[in-house]
Amino acid sequence: MHNSDEFRIPIGPQHPALKEPESFSIALKGEKILGVDIRLGYNHRGIEKACEERTYIQDMYLLERICGICSHSHSTCFVQAVEELASVQVPKRALYIRTLIAEFERIHSHFLWLGVAGHEIGFDTLLMYTWRDREIIMDILATLTGNRVNYGINTIGGVRRDITDDHKRQILEAMEKLEERINYYIQIATQETTIIKRLSGVGMLTYEEALKLDAVGPTARASGVARDVRKDDPYAAYGEIVFNVITDSHCDVYGRTVVRLKELLESLSIIRQLVNNIPEGPISVRVPRKIPAGEALSRYEAPRGEDVHYVRSNGTEKPDRVKVRAPTLANIQAVKQMLKDRQLADMPIVVAAIDPCFSCTDRMVAMKSEKGASVIKWQELRNYSIEWYKKHGVDFTELNKKLA
Amino acid sequence: MGLVDCIVNWGRIKSPWILHFNSGACNACDIEIIATLTPRYDIERFGVLLKGTPRHADVLVCSGPVTFQVEDRLKRIYEQMAEPKFVVAVGTCACSGGVFKGCYNIKGGINTAIPVSLYIPGCPASPKAIIDGVVKLLESLEEKEGKE
Ligand code: SF4
Repeated sequence: MHNSDEFRIPIGPQHPALKEPESFSIALKGEKILGVDIRLGYNHRGIEKACEERTYIQDMYLLERICGICSHSHSTCFVQAVEELASVQVPKRALYIRTLIAEFERIHSHFLWLGVAGHEIGFDTLLMYTWRDREIIMDILATLTGNRVNYGINTIGGVRRDITDDHKRQILEAMEKLEERINYYIQIATQETTIIKRLSGVGMLTYEEALKLDAVGPTARASGVARDVRKDDPYAAYGEIVFNVITDSHCDVYGRTVVRLKELLESLSIIRQLVNNIPEGPISVRVPRKIPAGEALSRYEAPRGEDVHYVRSNGTEKPDRVKVRAPTLANIQAVKQMLKDRQLADMPIVVAAIDPCFSCTDRMVAMKSEKGASVIKWQELRNYSIEWYKKHGVDFTELNKKLA
Repeated sequence: MGLVDCIVNWGRIKSPWILHFNSGACNACDIEIIATLTPRYDIERFGVLLKGTPRHADVLVCSGPVTFQVEDRLKRIYEQMAEPKFVVAVGTCACSGGVFKGCYNIKGGINTAIPVSLYIPGCPASPKAIIDGVVKLLESLEEKEGKE
């Protein structure tokens, strides 16, 4: 496996370029990346299993905490599946409010991404600027929902808080301010030569590759794949809103930046339409605690791409099975392709460009061999990993003794 | 306390360097920690600087419950920090396990793996709470200095 001029460096689980614990093992020849092995699972908490022991309402708050950046995506996706099972008709006004929060979330997430991307290419001023402007959105989210992150606005059958005329005014005012800032960032991204030079041609993913590797969200759209659940399979209030699916043909990190920036403008226009057209009426309906038996699959366009939740119920107040497929899991395979034959220095920005969220991704996956699935006990798995590391020359036994 | 120690401690109080480690958090506490470092809340005005390696850091800021896979790493990072070192647990799940208590891959709060000096509750802990916590930590250091 190791030939003489191949060189492996580990990055992670704790590394300044990574915001979450994950680990990459990079095979290098000189500065050139030959291949990347990605190891996930540091963030695996066992949420899907925990859902089976909690009621639907509790699960909603638990699933919201899969990931704090796209928390509303996960809770809405789950709630939609449960509502489908219970066959309830959610009031229009509630759907509008959900969509409104969803778009705020997209804006805050894309702003956050822009800052992190700036940081990864050594442009810290951009980080500070975007995070300052992001606070405008955070303030609105805090007034509308009561919390800055993990909004907890959904409930099965609707939403928990209404919006008033005062809120509407505040939102529209803030949108003015944001529009000005977003246009400024678009101007920077399209005219600033350092950014264009640094990002162009980095992390290429062609149209064919994006389709083959099943990329989703802005990663796919930057390779010209016009995939957007909001358009393809409208949920909440998206069916009544006019908006465009932004695509780009650059196929590189620069394209992904442009797509996200233009999506910000789309989000602003969506929010304006929502606020101006929000219907009157109740914001939630009562749903019995026991959900009829059945199964449902729900799709949702999170800021990072398509999020899928599968719920199976057995007629009690607790689900039988919940399965989550977060967008980063779909995109992470593409990262291997993007990094191949690139320079080592490109790695942080290429990884950041899919806007990875590893707390979303760290779900349990069982590998099925031809003989069928196998189950490994936790302790066996742990022993196996310790042995594996020992074989590769990493041994913590001494250290563990010292720490014990 | 000798003169050199006095100066070192003064430096530590005026400019504590922190290392941020996510031990299985949902990211919300992490983005709130970063928000605390950026212009609106700007915790750098207390001299707090984010560092990339445990060997440079005085304070380890942890978010999230301890998952079994991350436990060894967390202990190693703590080992690598130079004395005196402090650990701040940010968020309810770092304090006690929070919503994830009882999940099969969760050991518990940060204090089940390493000693913690300061707990900041909240899900997620808001930037204001984080600033309040950090200031309290610095104050307690100052008091300690006064006593010695
Ligand atoms: S305390 Fe809450 S917000 Fe913070 S990491 Fe834990 S679950 Fe997420």
